[in-house]
Formats: sequence, structure tokens, C-alpha cells
Amino acid sequence: MRYMLLVYSREQAPAYPESMQQIAEGHRRVMAEAAAKGILEGAEPLRPATTATTIRPQNGKSIVLDGPFAETKEQLAGYYILNCKDLDEAIEWAKKIPTGCGGAEGCIEIRPLLEQPAHLMVQAAHH
Amino acid sequence: MTRNSQAAAESVFREESGRIIATLIRLAGSFDRAEDALQEAFTSALATWPKTGIPTNPAAWLMTTAQRKLIDQGRRERTQREKEDSVRYEIEAFRPATEPELETAMHLPDDRLRLIFTCCHPALNQEGQVALTLRTLGGLSTPEIAKAFLLPEPTLAQRLVRAKRKIQEAHIPYEVPPPERLPERLASVQTVVYLIFNEGYVATAGDQLVRTDLCAEAIRLGRVLRDLMPHESENVALLALMLLHDSRRAARIHNGELITLEEQDRTLWDQTKISEGLALIEQAVRRGPPGPYQIQAAIAALHGEAKTASETDWQQIAALYEKLLELNATPVIALNHAVAIAMSSGLAEGLKHIEQIGASGQLDRYYLYHAARADILRRIGRKKESASAYSKSLELATNKVEQQYLRRRLAEVQNRPQ
Repeated sequence: MRYMLLVYSREQAPAYPESMQQIAEGHRRVMAEAAAKGILEGAEPLRPATTATTIRPQNGKSIVLDGPFAETKEQLAGYYILNCKDLDEAIEWAKKIPTGCGGAEGCIEIRPLLEQPAHLMVQAAHH
Repeated sequence: MTRNSQAAAESVFREESGRIIATLIRLAGSFDRAEDALQEAFTSALATWPKTGIPTNPAAWLMTTAQRKLIDQGRRERTQREKEDSVRYEIEAFRPATEPELETAMHLPDDRLRLIFTCCHPALNQEGQVALTLRTLGGLSTPEIAKAFLLPEPTLAQRLVRAKRKIQEAHIPYEVPPPERLPERLASVQTVVYLIFNEGYVATAGDQLVRTDLCAEAIRLGRVLRDLMPHESENVALLALMLLHDSRRAARIHNGELITLEEQDRTLWDQTKISEGLALIEQAVRRGPPGPYQIQAAIAALHGEAKTASETDWQQIAALYEKLLELNATPVIALNHAVAIAMSSGLAEGLKHIEQIGASGQLDRYYLYHAARADILRRIGRKKESASAYSKSLELATNKVEQQYLRRRLAEVQNRPQ
């Protein structure tokens, strides 16, 4: 079962540059461990929410807006896709993932991927 | 005969459905399919037993029949699937168990443990945990649970559907957590059981103070939990705590009015429950260091052992609350500690503590904070302040019986007949 682990962080300038390094190191460790177990299907950090653009359909047109969809203190900062046995395993991985980028605050949201039956995926690809 | 077998079927169902459903869920890999199969088996029992007589082992009969229904279901679904070849559903492999296997499974505690840990998984919201635990392990019907919580049936049904769907779709495992995760997960199971008990003991709404059905169910679940993991001292202590509270049930209401611990007729206390509770505390003490349930049970035991209200060992109770505060420093526990101080070291001292706790503002919306403060002010003779605290408490209380009690006290400090 594949899960997406969404990393939400507070985007503040790091108080200490070395803490930034520690966080990056933490991510590298998790990725290396997950890769060694053969369950890492993807993991990427995102640029800050200040670079986000939101497109929203309205009255048949698409409105282009600056910024993320939700103005919250914690912003989507990156993601992992891990192939886990069950939710408990995903939770154990989530506990290891650093959530802060600068301020050591944030959280991880775990979402199971909606696994499409293989033949539907193929259909989608052909359309 | 018919009535007999109907009653027998219902009592077996009530007693054994938790055990049977736990194994069926493991075999079926689905809560819904397991429930359907058990329901069908129960219907068969109602149709068959009046003719054939009650089987020697009714639970095994239900289990075998339900398992057969599960196989039939699987077959029907396969045929259905072949018809709708364009969409394929992922169905977990289901291997029918043999009868000896079923027989063994029903006497192993593992399945019920799996069930209780899954129902109380922290990834489910607490309302869902409670509903699912009562529905599966407790064998209560959706209307019964809705009635116990004074909620509309669709609300309850919705909670159950959401919880079951999350288990299925997020793959919450059907297993007993490994040792490193056990303490945390067990605490969440104990919370659910105690929450059910508390909702029964002081119903948050409605015109009844006690919902006996929920208390009895929580105690039953507490016994299951104790039997399944007897080495966990907090399981034993939780059962003791519930029994000791429940022992006072008959004395808590008189002519529809709430009677406080101090004013209760202690001859109405259930001595069987008190002695069972006391014996359980001794077991718990031998088995492990004092956890929150053990300390609370010890407090309840001190009340239970006092022959009159004035013989209550408030000093010891205050000391126990202090210990509880060290484990879990919540304002509500601090409030109870302050009341115990008022009763042991003097009202003025207690009032000082209560007002210190109140200063944080965290208990402003908690009716028992204002009631406790009002009570001490009343005893000291500061009637005006007491009256305003009782009024505040009355505004916040949601249970009709409690409201009535507060109204009586308010009238008393205002020197007017109610």
C-alpha cells in the first residue's frame, strides 16, 4: 500500500544555519533508510509557498492567483511516497521525518494513495 | 420453546458476538462482511433453533454458520465480479478455516485483542472509536448505541461507516501492536473504556443522571480487557475504579434528585462491587507501579471504605491527588486536589487553592469548577459569593438532574424556599 507523507512546515528564516543543515541531514537519513528497504517511491522538497501560484476555475474561466490555496501558518514543504505494509508502518516513518524548515515546527499528514486498478491506469494514459 | 430459543439465541448473541465477530473480521478482512455474516447466522439461529432445539455449543454453532455465510458471500461476490469484468475490485484472499481451527480461534484471546486495538486506533477519531468498540466488541446494535448517547441513529450510523471506511482504506492493521508501541496504544484502549463508563455515570445531556446500560457495558469491556491482558496492572486498576464508582449508583439519586457523596445513604452502596474493587486494587498494586487508574481507584476505595462521610480519610485522598498531579497535571485533577485539601486541611486553605487554579481561566467553562467553589463558599458562610458561583455553574451544567441539584443549593444560600 502506497502512502503519501505530506510535510507541512513553518516557513521562517532559520534561527541558526546549522539547524537547517540538521534538518536536511535528517531527510537524507530517512530517504537512505527507506531506499535501502526498497520502499522509497519518491521524495522531493518544494520551494517556499511564496513561489506558489493557484489556478481556480470560475464562471468558465481560469483565474490565476498568487500564493497557496490556503493561507495557514504551516505550508506544504515537501512530500514522500512510501510503500508500507499498513498505516502503522507509515506512522513509524512519519515520526522520523523532520518537519521544520528553520523553525522546528510542523506536522506530517499521511494519505493513502487511491490505487487505481492497473487497467484503468492504462486507459487513462491512452486518453 | 420458541420464546425460550429466541431468548437463548439473543443471550448467546449478546455474550459471544464480540468473540465471534473478532474472528470473522480476521477471516473476512472486512468489518462489514463479518457483520453481515454474523447477522445472517443469527437469523438462521432464530429460524432453526425452535425446530432443532438449542445446540449444545450455541456459540460454536453461530461461528460455523457465520463462516459458511462468509464463504457464500465470497462466492456471490466472485460471480458478480466476473459479470462486471470491466471494473475489478481488490478483494483480499479469503481462506475458509476448518472447524477445529474455528474451535481453537474462539478460545484464543488474540482475535478480540486485535479487534479492540483496531477499534481504538489513534488514527480514528474518539467518537468513532467509542461507537465501533460498542458495536463490535460490545455487540450493541446501532439503535442501542444511538439511544445510549441520545443521538439520532443516522449520526451514529455515519460514525460507524466513517470509522470502518478509514480502517479499510487507510489499511489500519488488524493486529496487536508490538511491545514498543503497546503502552501508548493500550492507554488509548483504556481511555475508550473509561469514556464509555463516564458517559454512563454522568450523562452529559438528558434528564437521567446515570445511564446504567453504558456503565454495565463499560464494566463488561473492562473485564474483557483485564482477562485478555491480566498482567497489565492498569487494566486491573481500571476495572476496580469502575466497580467502585458503580457501587454507589443506587445511592446517588433519591426521588429523581442528585445526592452528593457526603449525603448519600451508605447502606445503599453495593458491597459486592466494593469488595471486588478492593481485591482488584490489591492485585493491581502487586502487578505494577501506580498508574493513573490505580491512583484513582485507590481514591475511590478510600471513599468506599468510609462508613460515614466524616470518617473519610481526606488527608490520604489529598496525597493521592498530589501523586496523580505528578503523572498528569491537568486543571481538573488540580481542582479535585484542592477539594481534598479543603476537606482535610481546612476550607480556607482549599479555597485558596481553588482560586489559584481558577486564575488561569482554563476552567471558566467547567461547571464543576464553579460548583466546587460555590460549595466551599457556602460552607464558610459567604452566601452571596456562593450564590453567584452556583448561578454560574447552573448556566454551564447540561444534565437536568445536576441542574436541579444546583438550583436547590442556590435557593439554600439565597435563603428562599425552592
